[in-house]
Amino acid sequence: MADLLTHPPPGSVIRLPFAIRIEPRMTVPRWLPLATSAGSVVLSLVLGGFVLAYVGGDPINAYLHMFDAAFGNPGVLSDTLVKAAPLILTGLACTIAFRMRLWNIGAEGQFYLGAFGATFIVQQVFGKTTSPWIFIPTMMVAGIVAGALCGAIPGVLKAKFGVNEIITTLMLNYIAFFWNAYFIYGSWSDRGFQLTPTFPQGAWLPRLSDYAAQIPGFAGMTIHLGLVFALGATVVVWYLLSRTRWGYEIRLIGDNPNAARYAGINIVRNIVLVMMLSGGLAGLAGMAEVSGVVHRLQDKISPGYGFTAIIIAWLAKLNPWAVIPVAILFGGLLIGSREIQPSGLARLLQGIILFALISTEVLNKYQIKIERRSR
Amino acid sequence: MNFWINILSAGVANGTALLFATMGELFAERAGVLNLGVEGMMLFGAVMGYNVAYHTGNVWLGILAGMIAGGILALLHAAVTVTLRADQVVSGLSLTFLGTGLSLVLGEGLSQAAGVPTVLSFSIPLLDQVPFFGPILFENKSLLVYLGYLLIPVCWFYIYHTRPGLHLRSIGEYPAAADSLGINVFQLRYVYVGVGGVLAGLAGASLSLSISPGWFSEFTTSGMGWIAVGLVIFAQWDPIRAVIGSYLFGSLRRLVLDMQGPETILFFRNPFFQDRNLQFFLEMLPYALTVIVLVIGSREALRRRLGAPAALGNPYVRGERGV
Amino acid sequence: MAETTNVIEPPPVQMVEMRGVVKQFPGVLANDHVDFDLRRGEVHALLGENGAGKSTLMNILSGLYRADAGEIRMRGQVVTFHSPADAIARGIGMVYQHFMLVPSQTVTENVILGLREPRFFLNLPEAEKRVAALSEQFGLKVDSRAHIWQLSVGEQQRVEILKMLYRGVQVLIMDEPTAVLTPIEVHELFETVRSMAQSGQSLVFISHKLDEALTIADRITVMRDGRVTAAGVDPKSVTKRELAHLMVGRDITFKLDKEPCQPGAAVLEIKDLRAVSDKGLPALRGVSLQVCAGEIVGIAGVAGNGQSELAQVITGLRASTGGSVRVNSTELKASALKAIETGVSHVPEDRAGMGSAPNLSVFENLIMKSYRRPPLAQGWRIDTRKARDYAADLKQRFEIAAPTIDTASRLLSGGNLQRLILAREISAKPQLLVAVHPTRGLDVGATEAVHRLLLEQRAAGAAILLISEDLDEVLALSDRVAVIYEGRIVGEMPAEGADVGRIGLLMTGTKYNG
Repeated sequence: MADLLTHPPPGSVIRLPFAIRIEPRMTVPRWLPLATSAGSVVLSLVLGGFVLAYVGGDPINAYLHMFDAAFGNPGVLSDTLVKAAPLILTGLACTIAFRMRLWNIGAEGQFYLGAFGATFIVQQVFGKTTSPWIFIPTMMVAGIVAGALCGAIPGVLKAKFGVNEIITTLMLNYIAFFWNAYFIYGSWSDRGFQLTPTFPQGAWLPRLSDYAAQIPGFAGMTIHLGLVFALGATVVVWYLLSRTRWGYEIRLIGDNPNAARYAGINIVRNIVLVMMLSGGLAGLAGMAEVSGVVHRLQDKISPGYGFTAIIIAWLAKLNPWAVIPVAILFGGLLIGSREIQPSGLARLLQGIILFALISTEVLNKYQIKIERRSR
Repeated sequence: MNFWINILSAGVANGTALLFATMGELFAERAGVLNLGVEGMMLFGAVMGYNVAYHTGNVWLGILAGMIAGGILALLHAAVTVTLRADQVVSGLSLTFLGTGLSLVLGEGLSQAAGVPTVLSFSIPLLDQVPFFGPILFENKSLLVYLGYLLIPVCWFYIYHTRPGLHLRSIGEYPAAADSLGINVFQLRYVYVGVGGVLAGLAGASLSLSISPGWFSEFTTSGMGWIAVGLVIFAQWDPIRAVIGSYLFGSLRRLVLDMQGPETILFFRNPFFQDRNLQFFLEMLPYALTVIVLVIGSREALRRRLGAPAALGNPYVRGERGV
Repeated sequence: MAETTNVIEPPPVQMVEMRGVVKQFPGVLANDHVDFDLRRGEVHALLGENGAGKSTLMNILSGLYRADAGEIRMRGQVVTFHSPADAIARGIGMVYQHFMLVPSQTVTENVILGLREPRFFLNLPEAEKRVAALSEQFGLKVDSRAHIWQLSVGEQQRVEILKMLYRGVQVLIMDEPTAVLTPIEVHELFETVRSMAQSGQSLVFISHKLDEALTIADRITVMRDGRVTAAGVDPKSVTKRELAHLMVGRDITFKLDKEPCQPGAAVLEIKDLRAVSDKGLPALRGVSLQVCAGEIVGIAGVAGNGQSELAQVITGLRASTGGSVRVNSTELKASALKAIETGVSHVPEDRAGMGSAPNLSVFENLIMKSYRRPPLAQGWRIDTRKARDYAADLKQRFEIAAPTIDTASRLLSGGNLQRLILAREISAKPQLLVAVHPTRGLDVGATEAVHRLLLEQRAAGAAILLISEDLDEVLALSDRVAVIYEGRIVGEMPAEGADVGRIGLLMTGTKYNG
């Protein structure tokens, strides 16, 4: 199987009435990224449907049911948005790291440590009756800092020693999980159960349902302030990347490190800073989840947000604004697949999407031309 | 003393799965292709192995199925990275997700289905009487463990003392040189990535059919595939060091469990006995150790001339050709 | 009675004949109906500057490229090669300038790589003995068990030669073999070449170094601009001056309107600069040079004699190992940022690989040097409005042909990309502009534009260091010319009325005495 793509061995080409040629592409049409992303989603639904049918399910019904369960009425839409908030934040975390070709696979661990940081404030720092105006901002800072530190470690290791950040960030995921477990099962445990006591009211992020008395429509809607964080972070990340000097440097390093060096940019320092920023965003997501949804720290606070975030970032083609709709889509996938057997379906679809995305990358560089052969 | 024998003995047994996965990745990386999909391939191999063994009643068919499963995923990775020249990192990651997702879906409802055959375990007479090493290496071990012992010298010999092994090393170090001498770099990379996948599938199947029989979703492997990738770097791409690393890490798992038992260890009060929750720091050990091992490996690679296969991670693109 | 014995010499065996070879690359005709022949047992030197087409011709002979037209005969029979492996099978092998050796493997492993024998089991000790015997036979001293990274460059070259000999080649092509050797190693190589020729090997020796060609060759062929200017001449029948002329040419194809030079104070001062190349070899061996404001100093020389490293040290991309570089009395260290802040602008030789970010837009590439300072920078912000106006203005002034300023820079043609880079570097109002091979790969129109821009800068008072392998360009643009050879400045003179022949000799390593 030699280099078939551009140099087929002579005599091996089948004679058809038209010629298929693969040549390097000169321009990338604007619709192409959207097409490959949308196409990947469609492909995953189709292939996932086959697998579903194989294990005895009914794909069409299953998908319809999933859509209904996620977007069918305001109540479930609210649930979807609740899931979308951490997905947006972790998706942004991955986006900003990937823009610099830093493969942060550790958003999950940074999420966990962010949750730890926020819980630390509740458990160890302030009393139960502290005002939310003190609790919330401090918890936010603690969550961001904890996540940033978690991200800084692989960043420093990569910058100083050239250690592969994929494995280090991944290992930290496991380490963060166990770190939290120590506290959850131990000194922070609530009467021996594997969770902390419920947070005091002051440490809860406000939700729409808090205002159900004034606006009856909000009853049962658990959308919390975390969604605002997520949207705000999107604006910040967008602004950072497209309007600031630092964002310009990040994009330059990601596109051509040689040119960045030539332009006098310090690559080593940027590796650490960007990892910290990425970790901080994921940490904020963790804080928002424990403060806005679960209201305590327990060992399972994430259905894999940090990993889904990787796929979200890729599907959004590393564009901060696109992260929002993609995250909502994946939030819907999470909610919708709650009632579907098999439970691993969401993961499978995600896997197919990412694989389809990477396979279609080649279309950015090459195009297929079909020409009529004249006899 | 018994304490250590138990731990090392379990280490050899557990470490065998890690050994297979690490060896497989070693071959792929020696050929110049980074395969980060090992975890997914292991899980897929585990679930397919378990499934087939359950339905056919034949454990060896299960093992075979696991190997084929891993190989198929690996060929997808090869197609994307060698022929389409896509980024090896992202492709590997996508295969982890794919493999994990597939195995979760296919493994639904499978956990610990009764009546799944497991691999035969036995002791080797005479050898198992050797003090200390006898019980560790030869007493009541799965056939797969003995297979692992055989694999080590075979791999070592293949890589360093055969002509195809020489070619393998050259395509990972300097594919242009190999290409200029008529070696088909693309074809060979497909082969060795495939080998990596087959061995990863074998590793997964050996987990679900021998070492920790059963299907436990992602906890079947708990990130072992990732540790394998880290181990390859620590092993400096050498099979012998890979073995040592695998068995050591295998021992860690058992150590973590056994550490909490005794009241005293080496005349000190056992802190893990006192505070049960410290067990979590023990659980962190394999992962933290992988990071440390990586740092050591990266620094050594910097210092020593012989580090990673020089072409690792870069798709091979031929220069100007006039064909 | 004296008897004249007529010794009838057998007619020379034509090992290789190439007739009418044509090879076209995008934008350049590398071989324009070239004829070349090689006799058995001879050392045939192929002389020419970079870009003359000699490497291309030999790449065709060795099977790496396919000619667009023409034919190749070996011992009278027409042959076509689809790959280097084909050529090797027929007995033609090439030792490239860039060695194809696996550094972590041993000599023997490299030599036997890719061979069909042994089938499966490697018997390294036996192979090592055979390689050792071969190296004895041809006087190529190298330890068959050493690892490549342990060897000196000269020894590595011997391994490349052994690779070919082991496979039984009878025609050996060597591409610039002395480029990386020390004088002693060169001497040893020549002895090896002599002895190989005597034992029946036919060798082609590609070079730009006159003296060496005259020393070693039985016949010399000279190429320039894709054509043969002298075919198979006897070295004893030609003078150095004539050869240099054939190589370098005398016609300056265009004359530029240049105002007389009015140099100001010295801007760039280099004293005894030393530096090492990427391979660890000395690249600069004590360069001293000065460039004043308002003047263009051109560095003439064949590529590979230290020019790249010189540019890199001045622009802060490479550390020096000795000596000093000063711009306006500020000493520069290995920091690109410091160089930029001291007013050094750099038009790099690698437009796409270093000088631009391919997927970023024209506008984003244009602000690469100026985004740190007002008016484009406002604190940590970039004033996008001002930046875009700035970019649009540059695009118009420098006539960068692109659909919009948001077009990705990799879609620009070579000429336009160079305009972009020049626009960026010039508009930073540099004290010193370092331009390396600025018109490489550009067509006439683009080249003219680049020249015009450089002259404008000169008139505006910038000090310009021009490094180029195109001697015509150097002579036309520069006020002073310095010739670089093997990491040293071997001659400096005003460009006006310079003796091209003398420059040619200096470029090719001859020490000129009167």
